[in-house]
Amino acid sequence: MADLSTNPATDSRMEHRTLGAGGLFVAALKRDLMLSLRRKSELVNPLIFFLMVITLFPLGVSPEPGFLAELAPGVLWVAALLATLLSMDSLFRTDFDDGSLEQLLLSPQPLFVVVLAKVLAHWMLTGLALTLVAPVIAVMLFLPAEGMLGLMLSLLLGTPTLSLVGAIGAALTVGLRKGGVLISLLVLPLYIPVLIFGTGAVQAAVTGLPLGGYLALLGALLALGVTLAPLAISAALRISVSG
Amino acid sequence: MPRWFYQLASPRWCYQITGRLLPGFSIVALLLLLGGTVWALAFAPADYQQGNSFRIIYLHVPSAILAQSCYMLMAVAGAIGLIWKMKVADMVAKSCAPIGATMAVLALLTGAIWGKPTWGSWWVWDARLTSMLILFFLYLGVMALNSAIESESTAAQASAVLALVGLVNIPIIKYSVEWWNTLHQPATFKLTEKPAMPAEMWLPLLVMVIGFYCFFAVSLMMRLRNEILRRERRSGWVRDLLLSK
Repeated sequence: MADLSTNPATDSRMEHRTLGAGGLFVAALKRDLMLSLRRKSELVNPLIFFLMVITLFPLGVSPEPGFLAELAPGVLWVAALLATLLSMDSLFRTDFDDGSLEQLLLSPQPLFVVVLAKVLAHWMLTGLALTLVAPVIAVMLFLPAEGMLGLMLSLLLGTPTLSLVGAIGAALTVGLRKGGVLISLLVLPLYIPVLIFGTGAVQAAVTGLPLGGYLALLGALLALGVTLAPLAISAALRISVSG
Repeated sequence: MPRWFYQLASPRWCYQITGRLLPGFSIVALLLLLGGTVWALAFAPADYQQGNSFRIIYLHVPSAILAQSCYMLMAVAGAIGLIWKMKVADMVAKSCAPIGATMAVLALLTGAIWGKPTWGSWWVWDARLTSMLILFFLYLGVMALNSAIESESTAAQASAVLALVGLVNIPIIKYSVEWWNTLHQPATFKLTEKPAMPAEMWLPLLVMVIGFYCFFAVSLMMRLRNEILRRERRSGWVRDLLLSK
């Protein structure tokens, strides 16, 4: 407990033993955001990765604008997906290493809420950031202006699902020394539906077709993820920490 | 519920019961597979459009069906292991994964061989092929996780959670891939829809499917028995068993 009390965010959470679910959620969210904001270099890494992967495509395939515009929806989505995946490994890693994850599991508070808050904090610093940066990078890939709204909305609805599903992989591998590559193996197949509907939305926006269907599907995946993924994440964390 | 059913939960009894079932299942699997193959290759009528090349269906469809049901069994066994902490269920789940992965590869390979004469290319990004490929990836993920974790029980629990997550995802992946395909390219290949076959064609297929299931049971039991011996190697009965031979 000694090293925990040096951490103000954890400390304030420990004091309020009678927190409701809402209070617990906000406290866990604040703690994770504060801890992440203190490591600024790790924050921008996914964004830099996103930009670099995007840069590789014109270099590797073709710099011709028409061709890139056609490629843009898929490339943007794949890059966003890989950037999210890359950031996944650190989600529970530091908490596991310094023992605060164990304290979270031991606490009488519902793990579901804490896990959801942690994933939300992770999404705000990766998925949301990617969504905000994406239009700038989309311009570099000559994505037509009509596609921007579709890109933003699909990323906004799709990246939280990526964070939720990725967190399952992170929770399963948190006890392992080298979890990084393994996470991609576990999680990438599960990302496929989000990728399909996400790129579908952007392509529909570019060609002027209605977006609603794709966004509804992404929203449905998100609803399913929010309700079910925290259960799997909690179970996986308990297994990883006890093993 | 008969007594042997409960006894299956104990590794020792499970080993003995599967030992008794194994010869029977092996003989039935061998007879069905041999009979089904001869019937399918020599006696079933050729397809009026595809000629003899369609006969690979007799390998392709059973392996594809088995790849899917093997995942179901793996996830259900994993859930049983997770909930009731039954060691044998963990071992069944672990033994299922390589068999299912092999079946998925077999389905993909036979699909590719079948695709060459009918579609003109080895690989097509068709909805069914793609979802089988993804199923193969899911198997690989479960196997990779299982081998990455040192502790046997933790590995079994973690892969069970992953298998269950995959089970929820399989229908989503299946439908999303189907929509993706129909959205991007209109259905060129009606082959993905099962044609209404005459009985002379589907009866051997049925025999092959049952034969594959029996073969699956045999190979699962053999893997399971190995796994039981490996995990219970420190217990007295395994030592007695191995020394008495």
